[in-house]
Amino acid sequence: MPLTRRQFLEVGAAAAGAGSVGSGLLDNWWGMDPSHAPDPETDGEKVVPTFCEMCFWKCGVLAHVKDGRVNKITGNPKHPLSGGKLCPRGIGGTGLVNDPDRLRRPLVRTGPRGSEQFSPVSWETALDEVAGRLLDLRDKHGPESLALFSHGYGASWFKTLMHAYGTDNLAAPSYAQCRGSRETGFSLTFGAPVGSPETTDLRNSRCIVLVGSHLGENMHNTQVQEFADALDAGARLIVVDPRFSTAAGKADHWLPIRPGTDLALLLAWMHVILSERLYDAEYLAEHAVGLDELKAWVADKTPEWAFVHTGLEPDRIRTTARMMASARPASLIHPGRRTAWYGDDVQRTRAIAILNALLGSWARHGGFYVPSSVAIPKFPLPAWPSHPAEPPDMPPGVVYPFASKVLAHGIRDASIPGTGPYDIKAWMVYGTNLIHALPQPERTREALEALEFMVAIDVLPAEIVGFADVVLPEATYLERYDDLHAPPFRQPFAALRQPVVEPMYDSRPGWWIAKELARRMGLMDWFPWKDPESYLAQRAEAAGLSLEVLKRDGVVLGEREPGTTEEGLIPTFDTPSGKIELFSQQLADAGLAPLPPFTPHEQPGPGEFRLLFGRTPTHTFGRSTNNRVLSEVYDTNQLWMHAGRARELGLEAGQEVRIVNRDGAEAGPVLLKATERIRQDSVFLVHGYGHDAIGLTFARGRGASDAALVTQTAIDPVMGGTGMNVNFVRIEGVTA
Amino acid sequence: MSARYGMAMDTRRCVGCKACVLACNAENDIHPGHSRVWVEETVRGRFPNLTANIESKRCGQCATPTCVTVCPTGASFVAEGGVVLVDPDKCTGCKACMVGCPNGARYVHPDGHADKCTFCLHRVQRGDDPACVANCPTGALIFGDLNDPESELVELVETRLWHVDEPDSGTHPNLFYLE
Repeated sequence: MPLTRRQFLEVGAAAAGAGSVGSGLLDNWWGMDPSHAPDPETDGEKVVPTFCEMCFWKCGVLAHVKDGRVNKITGNPKHPLSGGKLCPRGIGGTGLVNDPDRLRRPLVRTGPRGSEQFSPVSWETALDEVAGRLLDLRDKHGPESLALFSHGYGASWFKTLMHAYGTDNLAAPSYAQCRGSRETGFSLTFGAPVGSPETTDLRNSRCIVLVGSHLGENMHNTQVQEFADALDAGARLIVVDPRFSTAAGKADHWLPIRPGTDLALLLAWMHVILSERLYDAEYLAEHAVGLDELKAWVADKTPEWAFVHTGLEPDRIRTTARMMASARPASLIHPGRRTAWYGDDVQRTRAIAILNALLGSWARHGGFYVPSSVAIPKFPLPAWPSHPAEPPDMPPGVVYPFASKVLAHGIRDASIPGTGPYDIKAWMVYGTNLIHALPQPERTREALEALEFMVAIDVLPAEIVGFADVVLPEATYLERYDDLHAPPFRQPFAALRQPVVEPMYDSRPGWWIAKELARRMGLMDWFPWKDPESYLAQRAEAAGLSLEVLKRDGVVLGEREPGTTEEGLIPTFDTPSGKIELFSQQLADAGLAPLPPFTPHEQPGPGEFRLLFGRTPTHTFGRSTNNRVLSEVYDTNQLWMHAGRARELGLEAGQEVRIVNRDGAEAGPVLLKATERIRQDSVFLVHGYGHDAIGLTFARGRGASDAALVTQTAIDPVMGGTGMNVNFVRIEGVTA
Repeated sequence: MSARYGMAMDTRRCVGCKACVLACNAENDIHPGHSRVWVEETVRGRFPNLTANIESKRCGQCATPTCVTVCPTGASFVAEGGVVLVDPDKCTGCKACMVGCPNGARYVHPDGHADKCTFCLHRVQRGDDPACVANCPTGALIFGDLNDPESELVELVETRLWHVDEPDSGTHPNLFYLE
């Protein structure tokens, strides 16, 4: 039960003693014109359109500047991803640009790695040092001994720098730790990934199924907007989640599944839809291969069979299967986003893809649309230097046949000397706090200790920055140009990121930092442009766009193309068979299961809980938890635990607890949220808390880090993803 | 007929993201540690039979505003469209209005005066929606003129089930929670 304002009253009274006493106590009101409300004047003297970087969605924003500072951020109504509306983080961008803890000057390390002891130096000194060290490294160990870890749109300049330098070791946790398994599962089935923004036609869906996705807490702006529209229009909602999420609170059916058993449910749903002939036979006959094999595969996967594993009543499995089938093809089993859970994640996301295929929802209204984009030709650059070395991101002798991007944890592991195909000796880390973003933080630390050189380019002094030899303080997204953004989407568009204010302190834009490093390393052939405006103007012109219009409006719309069969699209599938592959010959040829198998996963032992983690609408990753503006509404995480289990353990709601995993890793103390909203066998944390970086003066010591507890992973044999929901913890009360 | 401003809050659409709180804070330059808008999430039942309701809350600009009646200095007054405003220059910070408000919609500004939601009357007067409404990603907030039978607000209030805060208080709030 939340406190009401009334209950706060007494608390507030003490703080409110001194106040201004108005004139004219004895009179009735006057002075303030009753017909004219005072304007708080937050609109500012200038409004600049740009796009957001508070998460990866990249919504169009309007930044209001008052007295030279970014004072307020609102949605850009012209931008298709925001439609003029922002999530909390988008509004809270002011709290990033004005964060007092920002990195202000270039730094060089003076203490041991991770000690966060630095001396400020000039840009000249810092850049000379980085360029010199990287050139030495290339001479000594070859260019492939350098790796880039990155997250965020500003990384593009550094990716160019890396390719020019001669390394292919460009890694991002957004693949193996996040949505890589999903993209592989969908690509194997439909010949296309789901992408970002996901190509879900949520708005027109008549039945939405969320499997572990907590849309609404996962505040992907456009999706949540469409989700609300769909619910308002009467769409059915089925939510599969061990936790009573916000979405579960809106669902027709909440299925509180035993964690790790989603595949059993998905197979049973297929069984019902196939055995009751509820599938789209015409669509499958035209577009799919492998229906007979699939039928045989799920023949014995009855709801009764699934009940044993999932704990979900067979009747509800049947009811929900019929519900989603009755809405087909406007029926959407959402693909999720971070799908790195249990190590069989490609198979699970493939089961989701197959289920969508049975309902005929690919390239259909209310299912998945086929996106189009504004074509912007690449800026003409010379060919990259030849790359003799493959990324060393898989252990010797191991191949993940469908890995389509570099595995970030694999590059991390290859940085521990003598363990990988060859050693990675130096890291450039751009905008990703690897201590919190990669599993097995102790291994990340071990790799960091062994590095010959590390440079961090960041905005805030996150934990990872504390390990750098040189720290280059980047300007925030509100203070810089970045490359044009024109993703595949329902409504094609091209958007511009442009500086709203001058970089604060002695921070510099990423493009400038990359170019200055290129200049010092003799790589200017790949940075032939004078400044970002000339670069952007040339790219825009090549696409038939005007940089001036982009500057004025922030976005230009392209022509919309048919994205569903209802709109006249004739779907094609970029698979070996040219069809939807229910049965995957590709997987069979690689020695992997061609139809998704159910694998039982270990469950918590007595006294243990499975550690689950996710999002709150207010935060993305660890980097927003230091944001004072956002923290006005969410300033620490809590450990969710079933109220009954808490009672059994003698723990009280609101008390401090410590979380300890099987390997002895600890997190907390953190406040206990004893609630009916979660299964007895699991606990839940909002990701991004539990910082210990000295420089994060606000976030430091708040809440508990889930990342610290992810010491175990289950590797996906298909593409090398790290399943991270496989850690078991005990909860101990903290006595004051 | 003059305007009678009101708001509907659609609990079906709302996901409790609190963008409304932050949009208000930014628009109205709200002092850190305070807010005019807040979100209440209520979950009832025992696992696994649970129901949830989320409400974005603020001053309901009551038709019979007790806060104005009890204000000894006349600082609280009814402005255009029935919006209750506080004149900070007249407010002594006595908090009578806070006791008078059945909904806890007021707080004491660090400068010592009572403060509350204004329905962003400064925006409304230039034809814009209040900041929380204009920004709401789920479209859960609908602002309008209750005296305008053509308005979306009136249509919603006439066609949907709704409730208000503290209906027994007799203050007749103009903030309707659509069920």
